[in-house]
This record gives sequence, structure tokens and C-alpha cells, in this order.
Amino acid sequence: MALDVFAPWDDPNAKPLIQFRNVTKRFGDFTAIDDLTVDIFEKEFFALLGPSGCGKTTMMRMLAGFETPTEGQIILAGQDIGPVPPNKRATNMMFQSYALFPHLSIWENIAFGLKRDKMPKDQIGERVEEMLRLTRLEKFARRKPHQISGGQRQRVALARSLAKAPKLLLLDEPLGALDKKLRQETQFELMDIQETTGTTFVIVTHDQEEAMTVASRVAVMDHGQIVQVSTPDVIYEAPNSTYVADFIGDVNLISGKADPRGERLHMHWAEGQPAVVGSPLDGAAKGQDLHYAIRPEKVSISAEKPENAANAIQGEVHDIAYLGNISTYHVQLPGGQIIKAQSANNRRISRRAFTWEDKVWLSWTDTAGVFLER
Amino acid sequence: MRRLLIAVPFLWLLALFIVPFVIVFKISLSDLAVAIPPYTPTLDVSEGWAGLKAFFAELDFENYIWLTEDALYWKAYLSSLKIAVISTLLTLLVGYPIAYGIARAPQEWRAMLFMLVILPFWTSFLIRVYSWMGILSQEGYLNQVLLWIGVINEPLIILNTNIAVYIGIVYTYLPFMILPIYAALEKLDISLLEAAEDLGCSRFSAFWLVTVPLSKQGIIAGSFLVFIPTIGEFVIPSLLGGSRTLMIGKVLWEEFFSNRDWPVASAVAVVLLLILIIPIVLFQRNEQKQREANQ
Repeated sequence: MALDVFAPWDDPNAKPLIQFRNVTKRFGDFTAIDDLTVDIFEKEFFALLGPSGCGKTTMMRMLAGFETPTEGQIILAGQDIGPVPPNKRATNMMFQSYALFPHLSIWENIAFGLKRDKMPKDQIGERVEEMLRLTRLEKFARRKPHQISGGQRQRVALARSLAKAPKLLLLDEPLGALDKKLRQETQFELMDIQETTGTTFVIVTHDQEEAMTVASRVAVMDHGQIVQVSTPDVIYEAPNSTYVADFIGDVNLISGKADPRGERLHMHWAEGQPAVVGSPLDGAAKGQDLHYAIRPEKVSISAEKPENAANAIQGEVHDIAYLGNISTYHVQLPGGQIIKAQSANNRRISRRAFTWEDKVWLSWTDTAGVFLER
Repeated sequence: MRRLLIAVPFLWLLALFIVPFVIVFKISLSDLAVAIPPYTPTLDVSEGWAGLKAFFAELDFENYIWLTEDALYWKAYLSSLKIAVISTLLTLLVGYPIAYGIARAPQEWRAMLFMLVILPFWTSFLIRVYSWMGILSQEGYLNQVLLWIGVINEPLIILNTNIAVYIGIVYTYLPFMILPIYAALEKLDISLLEAAEDLGCSRFSAFWLVTVPLSKQGIIAGSFLVFIPTIGEFVIPSLLGGSRTLMIGKVLWEEFFSNRDWPVASAVAVVLLLILIIPIVLFQRNEQKQREANQ
């Protein structure tokens, strides 16, 4: 039995939970969000990814109600939430600084939102206990926020924002303050909690690894616009622009001129070098400016010229970055350009095949990389 | 070296508090006399041991008993307390919004706003109180303006009433309320208010549930800084208050200068100090708690 794949964005009949319709937000002369349209579906774990100042936090704050769009509409469950103040929205937010109330205990922090809803006392108790169990904080209920660790505070913030069972949970750099190890553990915890509660999560992050790990779909943002929205694997394997390719992971970018030849697209990029061969790009005319993006791990490195390789170029090892599990070779081509090639270190370092200034061959298949128009 | 450092505050306390207090306390146990100084006994060291014995034999608590017998004194104490409590609350009511406004003002404005709060201190306190007399009197500016606008038909009588005393105290002690409250509000993280709103609070309830509790230490500190000096306040009630404004500071002054009864005046002062010790101890406990909370 095949697992039912969760992909409502591919289903034309699916009704989105949140719709941004031509939303623009300006602060004075500065345009933070520029005519942005995107749908987010129920139970999605949607990541907004981009460098600081790209508008991702503004988008989140508009969802929470702390900012209102200058133009356009934001629809939540069929209702335009533009005029709805934050305290009347079925959204909750987990703040980057956690924003725990320092004068209240962990228990009271989690109960804060429930009390505002005038929920009966015994129900509040039950709900808070449930949240404490979910986030494994039972032992700390009576403590004040300054008496617990950073990781525990992060969980309190999560429990507090989940307590009201919001339709939409907003997470603003939720793991930014944690160290790397704890962050990785917490990423999986977040995913588990998202799955158990079935809440729609929108997360803002500048950490691409985090976005790739947790999200069902990632929106890569730049200058107030979404450059690409897709599942993490599509974002990584089939970026739609050099910006996305460069922002996510490590990449080699080569620029040249198109030369379509039937089944394959060739790109001439340097005097005396063979053309790059790859899958065709729709609408690429002969002589058009093109970019080619290929991930370092898809480039093989060998001493002899490989046979039958669609792409093969010779160069010299310029630098080696040894990362333990993998090594990245910076290979300099005769024209001076550097191509990065990665290989897994499945042998001990003393048996390493290549060293500095070795002549090597770089090769990759004709489907390994992608051509990009911009 | 460390002992020397610790000795400095102790010497300061000894010279400027304990020694004067012992002198005042001694006078309060003496009797009124037509002499210079106007009380007996005075210690005559030349008579040796016998003189010392005679000196102590003459000291008694007569003046303190007198304080309980004449209703004037306890009424004055109570009235001072009442005026101090009311004016502290009024100062809080006026000072909190100002502190809040400064804390929320853009960074570049704050220094100037503070300047405006502190600026009146550059003029003599007495001159400022006198100018209030000019404002509040029956022919004063306030009445002139109100009459001119047509809000009132005949001048209000404010000067020489308790209202004028409250105005004077609130005006004078306002900065002492504003500064500690500002210090507390300035540290307040705006995202806490956003979190409260996000969790269902209106702006107003977010203020009550988050801003007020988190500025509690500032409110307490500011209130004590106003309350403690106000109880013993003398200048404001004597210049702005009327004959019916009863405050212990005024009683003290009258005993001392009008009646020239130094022993009773000293007894009044000692009791005032004992009354003030309670709020001072409470104030210091609050400060201690704040320091611990900040650690």
C-alpha cells in the first residue's frame, strides 16, 4: 500500500487555509512586501525563508495582526482578516524572544491565553496539563521563566502558543536562540508536535537547513517577493533561479550562451572548453544568455578522463575543505574559474586519492544540473 | 583596607545620623527652662560622677506622655499620614502616564523629555512654591484665566486649602515618581505586550496584566520616595496650606520657633522618625527583593 502523500497544493480542489491576495506592505518609502500572492493549506508546515530584510517577518506579523497590509487581502479560512485585531484572530504566535511573562510561572504563562477566553477553571487546568505533557515540562510548572534553561523556555513558548488550539501557529525564528545540537533535536520535536496536533504551522527562518528539515513547503523570499514556493526537494534540485540555487545549499554557477540541439541543450561558456550538456529548458533560443547550476555533490572527481560522461573538464586541485564525512575540492579550470566537487570520505584520509595541485577530471551526467534563465 | 572602606559609611552614619539623633533624643527627655539653651538639665562634666548621676536623674518621658494627652499631636500625625497617602496616589496618577509616555517616545526624544522633567529643579524650591501662590491665589493667574474663559463666575478658593497643598506636593515630588517608574517601563520588552494581545488581551487588559505588574517595583520605589518626605513636609503646607491644614512638620516648627519648647519639639521629631522608619524599612526590603529578582 502506498502512503497517501500530503500535497494539497497539487490538488486543484483543495481549499487553502490562508490566501495572500496581491498583498503589498509599505513602511514609508520602503516596500517590505511587494504584490505577493500565495496559498497556504491546512496542516501544512510552511516555511518562509530568506535573508534578513526580505520581508518574511513582515508577512508573519501581518498574519498575526500586528501589521495591516497597505494593499491586498489576507484571507484566513474564507474571512478577510485585515481589519481583525490580533486578540480576535484564530492565530497564535511564538515569538523569537519567546516573550514569556517574567512575573508569571510556567503554568500561568501557558494558562494566560485560556483565561482570556473565560474558559472554566477545571478545563484550563486540564488543557495546561496536556500542554505540559506534550512539551515534557510537567516538572517545571511552578517555576518562573528565569529559573529554567533556554531549551525549556523555548518549549514553554511553544506550549503557550499552542494552548488555545489556534487554526494557525506562527513561529518566528523559533530555534534561533538554541545551540546547534539542541536545535536539531528540537526541529524533530516541532515536526512531531505539528503532526500530533494537526495545526497549520508557518515558520519564519533564515536557516535553510532548518526550513528544509521541518517544512512541507518552503517559500524562498527576496526583496518582499516570493521567488519560489515548493517542497524542499524541488527547491534544492530544481531551483527556478540562480538566487534560489545560491541561497539553498552550495552550488556551482556557470554562465554562457544557449545552443539547443534536439534532445539536449548545450551551453557554450568558455573558449576552448567543451559545452555544458544538459536537459533542455523551454523557450531557450540559440545565443540566449543562460546560467547552469550544479550541486558540488553531483560532480565526480577522477584522475583519468571518464568514458561516456556527458560533461567532463580538466582542472587542478586548488583547495581541499575536509569536513570529516565529506571533502569539498575546489578545482581550478584553465580559465581561472573554480568548480566545487564534493565526495564522501568513505576511506580514511591517509588513503585520499587527490591532493593539492593534482590534475583531475571533473565529470557529471547530462541530468545532474539545471539550466536557469535568471 | 576592607575595614577602612566599610568604616566610611559607618562613620558617615555615626556623625550625621546617630550623634544628632542622640542629641535630639536627649533634649526630648529634658524639661523646658528659661535659659540658653532653653532646657534643663545640661551635662556638667566638671562635677564628675555625681554630676552625671544628677543629669540622668532629671531625664524623663514627660514630653512623650504630653504628646498623647493633647489631641493636637496625634491629629497632626494622622492628618500628615492622610495627606501623604493622598498626595502619593495623586503623584502616581500623574507620574505614571508621563513615565509611560517617555518610555514609549522615540529614543531621540527621551533625553529632551527628561530634561523637561528635571528642568524645574534648576530654580530654587522656595521660589517655585511662592510662584504657586501667585498662580493659585484668588486674584491669581489660574482664576483669571478661568474667569476669562467663563468656566467660573467667581474666583475659586484654592490657596490656603488642602487642595493647594496637594498641588504643591504633586508638583514638587513628581520627578521622584517618574524616574523609577520610567526605569522599570524602559526595560519592558514590547514583544511581551504583543504576546499578550496575541493571546487574546485587549490593549487595556494587556496594560493591566503585563505592563503594571512588570513596573510594580518602580511604582513601589516611586511611591516611597514621595511618601517618606511628604509626611514630614513643612514648607509646602505652611506656604500653600491654610490654618486648617494640620501637618506634623508645621506643628514641629511651631513648637520649636513659636513656643520655643525644644523638649516637646524634639519629642515630636523622635516620634516622627519612628513612624518613618516603618515605610523606610519596607522600602529597603522592596529594593532588596528587586536586586534579587534581577540576579
